[in-house]
Amino acid sequence: MAPEEAVELVVVFSFHAQGEPRVNELWMTRTKKLKQVWTKLRFRSSCEKSSDNTGAEQSASDALQEAKSGVSGNNEDESQWQSTDVEMDKSVEAKDSLSFRPAPKDQFQEELIIRPLHSGDIYASFQFRTIWDTDFLQEGNKVSHYRLFPKSLGQVLSKFSVRELHISFTQGFWRTMQWGQPFIPSPPGAELWVWFQDTVADVDENWKELTNVLSGIFCASLNFIDTTNTVQPSASFKPLGLGNGLATLMKSEKLFHSSFHSQAVHIRPVCQDVQCAKPAWELRQTLNVVFDLYTSGQSKKEWSLFKMFSRTLTEACPLASSSKVYVDITDNPEGELFELSPATPVLSQAVVLGDRRTYSVYDLTKADTFGQLRSLNLLLRWKGENGDMLRPLLHAERYVAGFGLQTGEIHTLVYNNHPFRAFPVLLLESVPWYLRLYIHTLKVTSKSRDNKPSYIHYQPSKDRQRPHLLEMLIQLPPHSVTEVTVQFERALLKWTEYPPDPNHGFYVGSSVISALVPSMVAMDTNFTQEHPLFSSFFPVKEESNFFMRVYTEPLLVNLPTPDFSMPYNVICLTCTVVAVGYGSFYNLLTRTFQVDEPSLPLAKRLANLIRRVRGVPLLT
Amino acid sequence: MAASLTFLLIVAVSIRAVLFRSSLAEIISERVEVVSPLNAWKRVVEGLALLDLGVSPYSGDVFHEIADGITAVALYLSIQTYNKNVFRKQKYALESDRYPLDSHELLRSPKEMFYIPLKVAMFYLLNPFTILSCVAKSTCGLNNAIIAVFILCTLKGSALLSGIFLALATTQSIYPLTLFAPALLFLLQRLYIPVNLWRSSFWFFTSQYVFMYVGSVVVITGLSFFLLGSWDFIPSVYGFILSVPDLTPNIGLFWYFFAEMFEHFRVFFICVFQINVFFYTIPLSIKLKEHPVFLIFMQIAIISIFKSYPTVGDVALYMAFLPAWSHLYRFLRNIFLVSCVLLVCSALFPVLWHLWIYAGSANSNFYYAITLLFNVGQILLVSDYFYAYLRREHHLTHGLYLKKKDGTEATLVLK
Repeated sequence: MAPEEAVELVVVFSFHAQGEPRVNELWMTRTKKLKQVWTKLRFRSSCEKSSDNTGAEQSASDALQEAKSGVSGNNEDESQWQSTDVEMDKSVEAKDSLSFRPAPKDQFQEELIIRPLHSGDIYASFQFRTIWDTDFLQEGNKVSHYRLFPKSLGQVLSKFSVRELHISFTQGFWRTMQWGQPFIPSPPGAELWVWFQDTVADVDENWKELTNVLSGIFCASLNFIDTTNTVQPSASFKPLGLGNGLATLMKSEKLFHSSFHSQAVHIRPVCQDVQCAKPAWELRQTLNVVFDLYTSGQSKKEWSLFKMFSRTLTEACPLASSSKVYVDITDNPEGELFELSPATPVLSQAVVLGDRRTYSVYDLTKADTFGQLRSLNLLLRWKGENGDMLRPLLHAERYVAGFGLQTGEIHTLVYNNHPFRAFPVLLLESVPWYLRLYIHTLKVTSKSRDNKPSYIHYQPSKDRQRPHLLEMLIQLPPHSVTEVTVQFERALLKWTEYPPDPNHGFYVGSSVISALVPSMVAMDTNFTQEHPLFSSFFPVKEESNFFMRVYTEPLLVNLPTPDFSMPYNVICLTCTVVAVGYGSFYNLLTRTFQVDEPSLPLAKRLANLIRRVRGVPLLT
Repeated sequence: MAASLTFLLIVAVSIRAVLFRSSLAEIISERVEVVSPLNAWKRVVEGLALLDLGVSPYSGDVFHEIADGITAVALYLSIQTYNKNVFRKQKYALESDRYPLDSHELLRSPKEMFYIPLKVAMFYLLNPFTILSCVAKSTCGLNNAIIAVFILCTLKGSALLSGIFLALATTQSIYPLTLFAPALLFLLQRLYIPVNLWRSSFWFFTSQYVFMYVGSVVVITGLSFFLLGSWDFIPSVYGFILSVPDLTPNIGLFWYFFAEMFEHFRVFFICVFQINVFFYTIPLSIKLKEHPVFLIFMQIAIISIFKSYPTVGDVALYMAFLPAWSHLYRFLRNIFLVSCVLLVCSALFPVLWHLWIYAGSANSNFYYAITLLFNVGQILLVSDYFYAYLRREHHLTHGLYLKKKDGTEATLVLK
């Protein structure tokens, strides 16, 4: 990417990104030439392959859960958590009496958001957030004392000078058109992206080692993805090793019996305070699940915590400074659509993905939340039909066109459903080398007119080394569908490069669409209801744009295959043909033409022998 | 003659022009028999697009027609020169009574030789293989043109131009390196320098020619370096040719063999197969040191059979020479069978490709079987011409009707 283009890009984004420090930061770092490794990894495809295999998939998530607790085994989990309890007391004591350097402050929060979806499915999103007010990456600040932050991850971060790390494991595909936007989007399969500190000299080497280590921690062979996916079942699914807090709800057989589930770990530096003088580290562990209770529940639209998780909540995690359950009741302001019990008077409003939502809040740290039964089993019963769902403003889909195994065309459709605002999106496609893209066939059309991307970055593939990387900035006209097409050719691979089920096809990871989307709230011009009148003089609000990342479907592409049963035959037959060539040339090169004289009968030859000895002329 | 050549060119160009404008052009340009990863026009355009030169993928047809025209004219002129040469030699030999009386019917008459250059040009220009290659805008036509010009320069006796064009051809695809030997032999013969390792005149001329050739190679490589600004093109072009990473099916022997190869034998077999192309140069040069033009034909044929990414355009180049050896026809043993094999294979290539790739009712083995047969056919064709050439030479010196010692009619065998 040419530097001037980079600057331009950042200008575009930072202009829109006023209220979105995270995006800003993301793009600013790019200009600072902080080496970036964004890998929509090739392994995504093979992780996806394992999705048929629930065992393997489950184990990956087991591993994830295990990593959340930061240690490798169940027993160790418990011991660690118990010991930290003790340590906490000690540190308090120490602070009080001896006034040593105070241990860095850390805190843990947990949260569950439940959103009834319009399709009748239930979306449950767990989030466990740990914030640690220390900068353990700083030189000379070697931290060996870990409390809430998992040590295994902390060590990895400091060893590889990681600045940000995002890893997700997802099974199933998020159906944006039916379910709306997820809180944290994630592509099917696995995704890992990492920002390294600019002190890292050899990013590639660091990246390789880091993926090796992460593969170990998460039990998901991120590093050997070309060959096999050897995810092994190891620990049981007991998050945090404790039977309390929101983690009680995580019962593996229920979680994996769902339409979609995605587990992710996000680590990033954040500011400690408003001055932002010191960084703190934030670890978010998320689990997003969509339960299909509509079909499995005999078409009755009702759900409860027990139905979903076969558990109820009895207490908050003792280590958590906050532990809350939110239920999205935006569509139900008057209680006409569904009935939620036990009812709670506490409501909360938030602008989520550009839309103002209302939530019922259940605070697990308060004893009265659990009632007399000392357990909380949320129950929701639908009364009427669903209202209309607001269509997502940005939406994308992708498919392969063409027939036969020689060529094909990737079509990516990006929908801008905003009625009057155009906005730019950044489209990133990473296509494996065995689909040979022809970039000169790239076409971008909106409203059946050519829509030239304002910026294209293309890195051609190298056979067996790196995939194609195509990144472009496209302006989406309002209320339009933008179609991006590019032709490719399917390669024939070596027979050992095919997976065990070659005719199933090869997965191509989702393309990523990042955008600052004008929010629904900003579209709302009727301010007068809830706001003071003068506020309408300032129609541009903080939340007028929000950052959104959309993943398209992964593609399944068939490649031509050789016949796997006959390597010996092919080697023999081809060598025979070469030998035919060699033999016939050798024959003509080494021999000469001679008159074919029939050989003499045996008697004459014997007679000639005697004649030769005697020295008389030979017989002919 | 010039008029008929012009007419031929016009016919050939109009055929191509019509095909370029038809819907067939696109289908042809996707055919794996016609284009290989090395010479596909689509890849040229892709490369230029990456260099941001903004070339339309639909320009360039005129350029390819011109390349074909150049090849045909160069071949025409070369064969004309060669025939004059042959005729002159034959005259000297006759005058010095070197031919036995009964071999006189093998001698070539000017009347018979008159139309051969035109036939050669026609064989190249109207060969369906060439037409397909041109319509697909394969850069193979350009390679062929360079080789044809190289042959012309050699036959005209211009060592410098011959060296330059050979260097051009070599830097394009390595394999024409083997044409160095016949060119050197021809130039030596033309200057009446005997191939004698003890003679300084031989070494003097050889080193001169080597210097011209190597110098041109260095200059061309240097120019490529300055144009591209890095040496990356060496692994990505020559490494690509030699290590065969792209296994896209073609009419050659490499693709399926290396798709099915056991990983630990891969390097070994790549070496064997690549050496195989260069291997025949020295024995053939020794055997055919008096006949460098036939040696050129043999080398081009061997390259087109055994190279790593062959296309029908390569086949067309050596097939263009066949009319020049029309006097060998009486000694060919299985020309009928071989022609049938080649024709049937050419027809079956698209059929089996369709069955494998589009219909899904056949698998890769079907297409592979046809490539095998096609290559066996080519090998038989070339070795048959080689046999016939050697046999005619034998008859020219020993007489056409050989007798056994007892006076009965003899049969000739290779021993």
